Amino acid sequence: MAATQTQVAPLRYTHEVPVVRIAARRGWTALDLGELLAYRELLYFFVWRDIKVRYKQTVLGAAWAVLQPLMTMLVFSLFFGMLAKIPSQGLPYPVFYYCALLPWTYFATAMQGATNIVVEQQRVITKVYFPRVVLPIASVLSGLVDLAIAFVVFMPMLAYYHIVPTAAVIWLPVFMLLAVLTALGVGLWLSALNALYRDVRFVVPFLVQYWLFGSPLAYPSSLVPAKWRWLYGLNPMAGVIEGFRWALTGHGEPPGMLLAASSAAVVLLVLSGLVYYHAMEGTIADVV
Amino acid sequence: MSQAAIHTDSLGKRYRIGQRARYLTLRDRLTYAAKAPLRWVHANGSNGSPGGTRHIWALRNVSFDLREGEVLGLIGRNGAGKSTLLKILSRVTQPTEGTAEIRGRVGSLLEVGTGFHPELTGRENTYLNGAILGMGKREIDRKFEEIVAFAEVADFIDTPLKHYSSGMQMRLAFAVAAHFEPQILLVDEVLAVGDLAFQKKCLGKMGEVAHAGRTIVFVSHQMNQIRRLCEKVIWMDGGTIRQAGQTAEVVGAYESAILSGEASNRVRRDSPQAKAQFLRWEIVEPRAAQPNVLDKPGPLVLRFLVDAKSPIRRAHHGIGLYDADRRLLWGTALKQFHLDAGVHQFVYHLPDLPVKPGAYCWRVTLWDEEDLVDSWECVPDLLVATKPVTHWLDEWAGILNIPSRFEVSPLEPEHVEQKQG
Repeated sequence: MAATQTQVAPLRYTHEVPVVRIAARRGWTALDLGELLAYRELLYFFVWRDIKVRYKQTVLGAAWAVLQPLMTMLVFSLFFGMLAKIPSQGLPYPVFYYCALLPWTYFATAMQGATNIVVEQQRVITKVYFPRVVLPIASVLSGLVDLAIAFVVFMPMLAYYHIVPTAAVIWLPVFMLLAVLTALGVGLWLSALNALYRDVRFVVPFLVQYWLFGSPLAYPSSLVPAKWRWLYGLNPMAGVIEGFRWALTGHGEPPGMLLAASSAAVVLLVLSGLVYYHAMEGTIADVV
Repeated sequence: MSQAAIHTDSLGKRYRIGQRARYLTLRDRLTYAAKAPLRWVHANGSNGSPGGTRHIWALRNVSFDLREGEVLGLIGRNGAGKSTLLKILSRVTQPTEGTAEIRGRVGSLLEVGTGFHPELTGRENTYLNGAILGMGKREIDRKFEEIVAFAEVADFIDTPLKHYSSGMQMRLAFAVAAHFEPQILLVDEVLAVGDLAFQKKCLGKMGEVAHAGRTIVFVSHQMNQIRRLCEKVIWMDGGTIRQAGQTAEVVGAYESAILSGEASNRVRRDSPQAKAQFLRWEIVEPRAAQPNVLDKPGPLVLRFLVDAKSPIRRAHHGIGLYDADRRLLWGTALKQFHLDAGVHQFVYHLPDLPVKPGAYCWRVTLWDEEDLVDSWECVPDLLVATKPVTHWLDEWAGILNIPSRFEVSPLEPEHVEQKQG
């Protein structure tokens, strides 16, 4: 036993000793960015864990990241495309739908993951302190890996249909960011609510379904009358999906009005989500 | 070097009754709103708070200072507020009133193996658990070999955790925890589990840590651990500080209070997650003034009450008797019996319990096949108060208190010769 006993490293006192003040929280604040930065390594580990665990003990593994949008794309192409003949901005149906399903599949899974994360991790939450906001952030970030995998199939698809992305593709990161923030904003609200009311878990599948039809997934947003477009754009996923289509294929118009409305909606969603989540943070371990 | 590492000023934590008992649903909120006016009439000031919601203070008016490098022990019965205090200091939950100031990097060990994931390998879980505790990746890199050696799981480090035995999982969890070295360490009673040899090893490691100038707050029910590790002790009772001071003095006062039968908190608090739970225990025969005191030698009957919230098809049950040094004196287990929902009594008949006078602890466990349902270090301790028939010096007295008969008589010379031949 003596062999495994080790010396305890002497304490290294740095010049600044961190001082933590503990008191009941009062007032409304959104986020302590400095603290979040200090916990970035934990954030990284949570993301890493999520990715590692996701496809463990599945036969198809990461192929699911491709299969999900691919299957939906086939169904949409068949029913909305070939049967209902919905206009597709001159794009082949598979490309038209897959472009939209890339951000949508990401959003739907990331949002659901973020909603459940607080309840899933209640053991950790009730035993260790860390800024709780790390959890939904980790959850929406880990979904990006699936999105990247789903892209792998998209490239040959573009080649097959002889579609060459235009310079608009440089806008893609902006739309991705918008998608991540949307998932985060919704996730912040729903995960905190889910900790309080487990009803949320039953509401989410409906929410996803309604949201799908409220987004230009199965149809182009040009079907929405122009004077209502701004209202339609308040659904941030409208801006994201149209943005993806435009950035990836160069077809259609740059979603100006839609993007502006969507961005505004996202900022509001994330900020309010942060405030609500932060207000819940102090008592989350008592109620979850 | 004697600055206050932890300073608390009248900390208090109030819970709504039942707040921890279960989560709310929207329906609860709605029905509550509908009933609220009615409830107000019923309550009508009878329990003080508006709207009829009842609150309990799990912690009230707790103020103390702990200097850098001091080791503080928190003792008290279950529900005395020790864990709540630790949770507030580790920032898991917020105080309702009062403040605390902590100078230094804090780490808390309210549980070992927090965040372990069965699908991940031992190596992956080591990193994950370390990160959750607050270690950086480089720190874990540096200590990784040590942790694996300490846990004695080197051959399985790249095997998923789900294939580990529960003992191996526990060892790995402890090993990570034992190598966690924040400036201020808050430890809940995590050392009460795991096999005994390994527990000793961990205690040894904790002792090293305690003497390395680290500030530690340590909750334990094991007074010998407290005596060994702590310089100062706070005795918590009913959410407030009952006594604080030097270890020997406070522990002595606590022990004599327990001995004098002030152990009202015999019933365990309800923990809603468990499928079943041990509620209390007592000595049925022979009856003494206190149901935890054994004052006569000879046959005895013990009773442990278990509340099963749902039926357990393949229950296993284990019992162990430990002495104050946490040595296992006796143990047995029963395999595969059926337990219906409801309160049951587990009754043991023993022909005798010939141990020397002192404090002992039963540990009872209940398993549903492989899953631990409940493990309870029975409170209060078993106090054996029989007449000692052992050596009068404690170090020669051993463990057993068995009467012996002694006689001296001369031996016939021919017998002696036979023997020598």
